[in-house]
Amino acid sequence: MNFSIFLLALFDGVAYAALVFIVALGLTLIFGVMRILNVAHGSLYAIGAYTTVSLVGYFLALGFAPAFAFPLMIVSAILVGIVIGAPLEYFLLRRIYQKSEVLQLLVTFAVFMILEDVQRLVWGTQPYFNSSALQVLGNVTVFGVTYTAYQLILLPLIAVVLLLGMRFFLRHTIIGKLITATTEDREAAQSIGIDADRVFLFTFVIGAVLAGLGGALASPTTSILPGMGADMIVLSFAVVATAGLGQIEGAALTALMIGLGRSFAVYLYPEISVLVPYLIMVLVLLVRPEGLFGSPAARKI
Amino acid sequence: MKNLFVTRAAAAMVAAALPLAAGAADKPESLKIGMTAFLTGPASVFGVPARDAAEILIENINAAGGINGVPVDISFIDEGAGAEALTSEYRRMVESGGAEVMLAAISSGNCQTLAPLAEDLQVPNLMWDCGTQRIFEENDYKYVFRTQANATPEMLATVLYLLKTKPDFKTIAVVNQDYAWGRDSWDIFITALKAMKPDVEVVAEFFPKFGSPDFSTEISRLQAMQPDVILSTSWGGDLDTFVQQASQRGLMNTSTFVLPLAESSLERLGSALPDGHIIGARGDHYFLHPERRNDEDFKAFMTQYEEKTGDVSVYPVFHASQAIAALKAAYEKAIADNSVDWPSEDQLLAALEGLTFQGLGRPVTLREDHQGVEDQLMGTSVQTGEYPFATMQNIMIFDGNELTTPVGQNSIEWVGALDAGFVESVTVDTFEN
Amino acid sequence: MPTGTQSSKPSNKVNARMTSPLSWLWIVGIAVIIAVPFLVPSMQLLVNFAMAKGLAVLGVTVLLRAGQVSFGHALYFGIAAYAGAFLMTSMPATDFFVILIVGVLGAIVAGLFVGLFVVRYRGIFFGMLNLAFSMIFWSILEKFYHLTGGADGLRFTRPTVFGQALDHVQFNMVLYYSVLVLVVALGWFTHRWFASPVGQLFQTIKTNETRLEYLGISPKRALLSGYLLSAALCGVGGVMMGMAQGVVTPEYVWWVRSAEMVFIAVLGGAGSVQGAFLGALIYEVVRTYASVYAGDIWQMILGGFLLIIILFAPGGLIGILESAFKRDTTKPSAKTGDRK
Repeated sequence: MNFSIFLLALFDGVAYAALVFIVALGLTLIFGVMRILNVAHGSLYAIGAYTTVSLVGYFLALGFAPAFAFPLMIVSAILVGIVIGAPLEYFLLRRIYQKSEVLQLLVTFAVFMILEDVQRLVWGTQPYFNSSALQVLGNVTVFGVTYTAYQLILLPLIAVVLLLGMRFFLRHTIIGKLITATTEDREAAQSIGIDADRVFLFTFVIGAVLAGLGGALASPTTSILPGMGADMIVLSFAVVATAGLGQIEGAALTALMIGLGRSFAVYLYPEISVLVPYLIMVLVLLVRPEGLFGSPAARKI
Repeated sequence: MKNLFVTRAAAAMVAAALPLAAGAADKPESLKIGMTAFLTGPASVFGVPARDAAEILIENINAAGGINGVPVDISFIDEGAGAEALTSEYRRMVESGGAEVMLAAISSGNCQTLAPLAEDLQVPNLMWDCGTQRIFEENDYKYVFRTQANATPEMLATVLYLLKTKPDFKTIAVVNQDYAWGRDSWDIFITALKAMKPDVEVVAEFFPKFGSPDFSTEISRLQAMQPDVILSTSWGGDLDTFVQQASQRGLMNTSTFVLPLAESSLERLGSALPDGHIIGARGDHYFLHPERRNDEDFKAFMTQYEEKTGDVSVYPVFHASQAIAALKAAYEKAIADNSVDWPSEDQLLAALEGLTFQGLGRPVTLREDHQGVEDQLMGTSVQTGEYPFATMQNIMIFDGNELTTPVGQNSIEWVGALDAGFVESVTVDTFEN
Repeated sequence: MPTGTQSSKPSNKVNARMTSPLSWLWIVGIAVIIAVPFLVPSMQLLVNFAMAKGLAVLGVTVLLRAGQVSFGHALYFGIAAYAGAFLMTSMPATDFFVILIVGVLGAIVAGLFVGLFVVRYRGIFFGMLNLAFSMIFWSILEKFYHLTGGADGLRFTRPTVFGQALDHVQFNMVLYYSVLVLVVALGWFTHRWFASPVGQLFQTIKTNETRLEYLGISPKRALLSGYLLSAALCGVGGVMMGMAQGVVTPEYVWWVRSAEMVFIAVLGGAGSVQGAFLGALIYEVVRTYASVYAGDIWQMILGGFLLIIILFAPGGLIGILESAFKRDTTKPSAKTGDRK
């Protein structure tokens, strides 16, 4: 393959990876802190997308400029986090922290099933589409191929900002340090007076906001359909497991690998592009059983 | 308890013996029929319109007195609930629910499961929407009929329209959904195309996962390759996403898109579908059908449908109308031919053989292998401004008889043996719009 | 929980089982299932599906006893079903038992291949790796359309039984009772296996894996033994399901199917043999009737149901039954220990 095709595959891979990372970031955070693999994360993603499309449709009909779609995305994400995420954690998840991992996961699976039907009841089964945000930013042509500036530039930019922002937040702010401490050792953190309940609630809401944001950001690029949440979940799981428990840098690297792997597959051998995320997961875990950046947990004897 | 058991057993034995009593049956209280459709899931963009249309049509029939005075009672099974629930519910409807005729299905996979099941259960089954040509080519059926065309005439019509409107193109690429329909439709299309235009070059074949939310990478690749023609037999959300993403990035300005199922997406796509792309409708289905749109029954139905749903009709609506028209015509013919009040199952099956009926499109005839012969409509997209979405111009309706694989032959073989002369020899009616 | 009391408990349990009111319930239950094709023939297919699924859930249950959850066990369910279907398409007059054996062998071979790799991991990685393997197989099934029939799958035509071709009514009867026999036999076998030395070692992985190593036994080998059993059980379920449905599709190995199996295992009562089957039956009934009568919200109903069970009856349905029937208050700790 010549150089220009190589670059094109690179661009496509990065654009795809950006979206995957944004969605997986929230899941990684929740998993790292609370050790819960939140199956409902996919539903939050989908609801973020639906909410954005509904809001944008409403405001555009009122006569607002298409650029208004951007702040509306943030609004949707926050709505998802607070209206769904917070009650979910406070009323449901809080009751099951003492239970086994399986049960916790099944609770989130049950929530996922419920939210799938909620989506269908609220928004119906017809595909929705609203690409005004894409159109605002226009196109960019590289090597004779036209990309949307949104996918080529904005999404990766947002992904990088979130990555760096999260790192800074977790390492250099007080709340972030509280979260990191609780991740390292829940009991020790509580014993020095950290309110683990508050930390958990906060983390979950942030994770949910990130899921909703992922959906909101994805919404201008694709048709919003019932079932889009289910597809995103498996992909996000693969990222989280490959990255190592709660490792956001690992999640970024994994998302990048998956994005590039998939796009190079489409260019070279399209039939295996579906396999790529799972192959990567298996290969990484073969070599590093705790995930890319995970550290082996000490065994208590 | 024991008496009840004995009574039930006796009743069961009597009921089992009844079909043996050949000849007329008594008029039932109502004619129970079952229809399978996707009421949930991505294919509900087909199933829901079909259900709405079927309900309107049945209401109309019942308002006019039913079939020889017998009202029709239709129940729906959701194909979206999964194959297990579908087969269980299908059986239940036939075995204990008293359904006399079943209409199944939308998904080719479900048709392949339910056709043998219908034979086993000995219930007449009208395949009303699924496209796979394999069912009648691989087996003979006594109880299963198809009231529409299949993938072969649909794809052949597409090839013919393309060759008639753009005879000099050189390169083609395909982006189809990765499942039976996507694969089979491509096989038929490319075999026919290569037979009629051997110098065509296929530059790329993409089969993205069904329900893919994103075609960005495929679109980049296609932009780099610049094929003259891009074929996609996708439908529903996948087609919407593909067209919108391609349109946004300008791919639709540099390549001609051939979209055999796009008629069902016209309204949703709105202004995103530019002029000049080839649109198909899986039969002569179009809410502005050039021959039928001024007919009273057509106009009345369209009005009813738009009032009920707020949308324009799409091809599943037409397919449903054909199945129900076939049902009514078969019963009426069986009643007339045998001079009875209500036909037995054998009389009904005899009436279905070779039946001609008409739904919302042109008349359809059932062949000796139970396959329906349906004319095919193709057009080119145009944004006239009259509607908030694209409509069709330069419409051609092809004669279904010439496009359907002859009885007993295999589609791929037959299509591969055609040649360039075929393009000129077909019977076609052309309309401006 | 010290291992000492555990090994002596099961034999007491077996005896106790024969006389407790709960065991009479199981006998009655089996009798009802035997009678279903005559009493309520419309439910025959549903109960058949439930039993086949129950066998697969039993496979997941076996792993739960070692404290591990697999989110990819649908892999074995599907491999066995596809193996059977492939055999039927290539050799049309194959016998029923041959199909069953080939299917199970396929599942065991796959289980060995994946198991050797997967037993090094625990907890979430174990679960996710199984998921990855099942999704890889799913992708292969979908992509290699001309071999596997892609998303529409393969038809699973009726095999002969003892050399005779049967019509659909007779075959369904044979199938139904064969599944029932398998359910009882395999259920009993699994129960005894848990009590056997191999099974006890296997369960120690949950309670105290380090102690196994101190004893000089490889935990990987112990886990592998149970893993193979679980793969075989899922395989039996898959083949029977394929024959009952008449078609196998990639949906057999989709991740939601694996999650469903775990769901049912927990619904029935995590780790309980009878719970697997009871859970499967209840799940199948609720799912079918919910999708028929409440088409729009059947997922919500199931999800809500699961939530209620987990929050208020974490022992699952078996837990509810046991506490309802428990007259014997002298051995509460034994019962709780067993339920884990």
